[in-house]
Amino acid sequence: MSIGSIVSAARETVAIRSENLSRYYRMGETVIRAVDGISLEVQAGEFVALLGSSGSGKSSMLNLIAGLDRPTSGSVIVQNRDLAKLSREELAKYRLHVVGMVFQSFNLIASMTLAENVELPLRFAEVERGRREELAREALDRVGLRARMNHRPSELSGGEQQRAALARALINRPKLLLADEPTGNLDSHTGTEIMDLVREFNQQLGMTVVMVTHERPLAERYAQRMIFLADGKLTDDRPNV
Amino acid sequence: MKVSDLSELALRNLRESLLRNSLTTVGISVGVASLVAMLSLGTGLQAMFSRRLAKSGLFDTIVVTSRREMRGMGREEQRNGPSPGESRVLDEPARTEIEKLPHVLEAYPDIRFATELRFEDKPHLTMVSALPESAKSNDAFDGMKGSFFSSETAPEVILQKSFAEELLGQTPPLGAPEPNVGDLAKPLLGKELVMRYAQREAAQGQPVPLRPADAGSGDDNFAGAAYSVVSREQKLKIVGVSDLDPETMRGPMRAKVFLPLRLAESLHVMQPTDLREISHAGDQPVYSSISVRVKDPSEVQAVEGSIKKMGFTTFSILDASRSLQQVFKVLFAFLGIFGSLALTVASIGIVNTLVMAILERRREIGIMKAIGASDGDVRKLFFAEAGAMGILGGIVGVGFGWAIGQIINFGTNIYLKSQSIPPEHFWAVPWWLAVFAVVFAFGVSLVSGLYPAERAAKLDPVQALRYE
Repeated sequence: MSIGSIVSAARETVAIRSENLSRYYRMGETVIRAVDGISLEVQAGEFVALLGSSGSGKSSMLNLIAGLDRPTSGSVIVQNRDLAKLSREELAKYRLHVVGMVFQSFNLIASMTLAENVELPLRFAEVERGRREELAREALDRVGLRARMNHRPSELSGGEQQRAALARALINRPKLLLADEPTGNLDSHTGTEIMDLVREFNQQLGMTVVMVTHERPLAERYAQRMIFLADGKLTDDRPNV
Repeated sequence: MKVSDLSELALRNLRESLLRNSLTTVGISVGVASLVAMLSLGTGLQAMFSRRLAKSGLFDTIVVTSRREMRGMGREEQRNGPSPGESRVLDEPARTEIEKLPHVLEAYPDIRFATELRFEDKPHLTMVSALPESAKSNDAFDGMKGSFFSSETAPEVILQKSFAEELLGQTPPLGAPEPNVGDLAKPLLGKELVMRYAQREAAQGQPVPLRPADAGSGDDNFAGAAYSVVSREQKLKIVGVSDLDPETMRGPMRAKVFLPLRLAESLHVMQPTDLREISHAGDQPVYSSISVRVKDPSEVQAVEGSIKKMGFTTFSILDASRSLQQVFKVLFAFLGIFGSLALTVASIGIVNTLVMAILERRREIGIMKAIGASDGDVRKLFFAEAGAMGILGGIVGVGFGWAIGQIINFGTNIYLKSQSIPPEHFWAVPWWLAVFAVVFAFGVSLVSGLYPAERAAKLDPVQALRYE
């Protein structure tokens, strides 16, 4: 095996690598160091939990990985792309094809039915209408919501909405699933359902999962690895045993 | 994003805040309606004037004079052309030659002379001219009381209103309202006038005198010329009184009494030119001018050219019509600017609505960006919404403007009818105006969408998603 192929194989296994990653916000006179020099690596197929109290910088870290935000300094490399060097247009493409996101507040568009919400990323990807409907049905099938595909989000329970959001995150077959407090607005029973689905995606579809949470028990139950943040700095990084 | 998806999403978003977007669209349609109303008034007026002018016979008529006629209107050409002495005589052979030119409908001599008319034994001196049958459609006779000549040779006469006033001794003082034609016509129609005139009669084998005889006094038969002048009388029946002046363009030469053309020709009335054209004298009359009617105003220039080549001086009012076109262009621009004002206000409404929509849909824009929408997708979506409002507003506005025009047309015609003026269609929405209005509304709304679309496109998704 040549050196080159070893290196590329190693690259294949690294999904996310951040080096001295920082993100500062200016709020009037004060500078808030939301992310302050974090270096870490996430292997492909890993299920990682980002833990920390409110304001620890875990959501900012997730936004940087998602390409929604740009670092002030340092780099974040996902699937061999240095996100800091991508144009706005390229970042949009990256979010569309590489990343799937779920949020605490589900973030479904209220005026659209579930099916329309789920197929929305495919519109941006300019997929044909027929293929779009087929993929949306499939994705809703996978989260058990096929029967409700023509309902609007407001007609569904929180758990159902989050499942629909998962279906939407899945639709473009991304390599990376980023979840920001996905069970934060759900009761524990529904939360468990959602987490089971996330684990299913991780294990069956081979998606790398990075989940932000402040609930340690949840992380301990599902994640393979726990990264602790405080004041924008990495304080602990350990496998979940 | 594909255009079909864009328009679908745009229309969906417009339906979501139906009231606000409808109001904005109504705003645009009012703007478009005012633009359409203004411009259609402009086109309508232009069409009406064109129709009127075509009917007036001013634009399809060429006046031909001999260059010997020093009072002709084309003075410059007289200086440039052959000297008056060498020029051709405008006589009957010349008239038939002109009439045979292509595109010429008719060429009739301009017979006019000052003479005495007796009405109820009182003499009145006035200018008389002859009218061809075709003058019937001239709109100067639109408001005429009575009827046009029963035939081209009938001993009948039509009076201009002011002469009717004179006959009745009712000339109003300056500034007083003009009397109604109907009132003037009632006591005159069917009555008889006696016209006294000087007839030119060919003489047999008499030597040519140095000076022709003075015409029109007494019954003496002046001998010694190639023709003689005989005083005659002709009884004429008043058949019509015209409200308007058919000869406004003639200035001091304008006639107030009109005879049928063939009748006037058969009378062989002494013409002013006869005095000058002694050498050509004979039975063939010499005309001071000939009016040539052309089939279409566009052919006037060509016909004028051929007549000039024959050695005559011509005058047409086509140049005047060109400057009228200029006037209408300016009028159009003004009406357009005023019409556009309302559309400008409406376009500010679009900006306002879309900026509001951005604030309202901040989160939605954030979501779309988070799941992969590019700046361009968001920008295009807002553009599509602005454009959709523009097109909808444009279409509704054109209909609206058309309806306003119809109503005003209807209303004005009721008024015109009450004033016994024939109805006019002075409001027209041609298809090009409708298309232009919709395209213009679309363009204006896209421009209005520029700022909101850019603002939406540049929205930071992290900020947009932060607040729950």
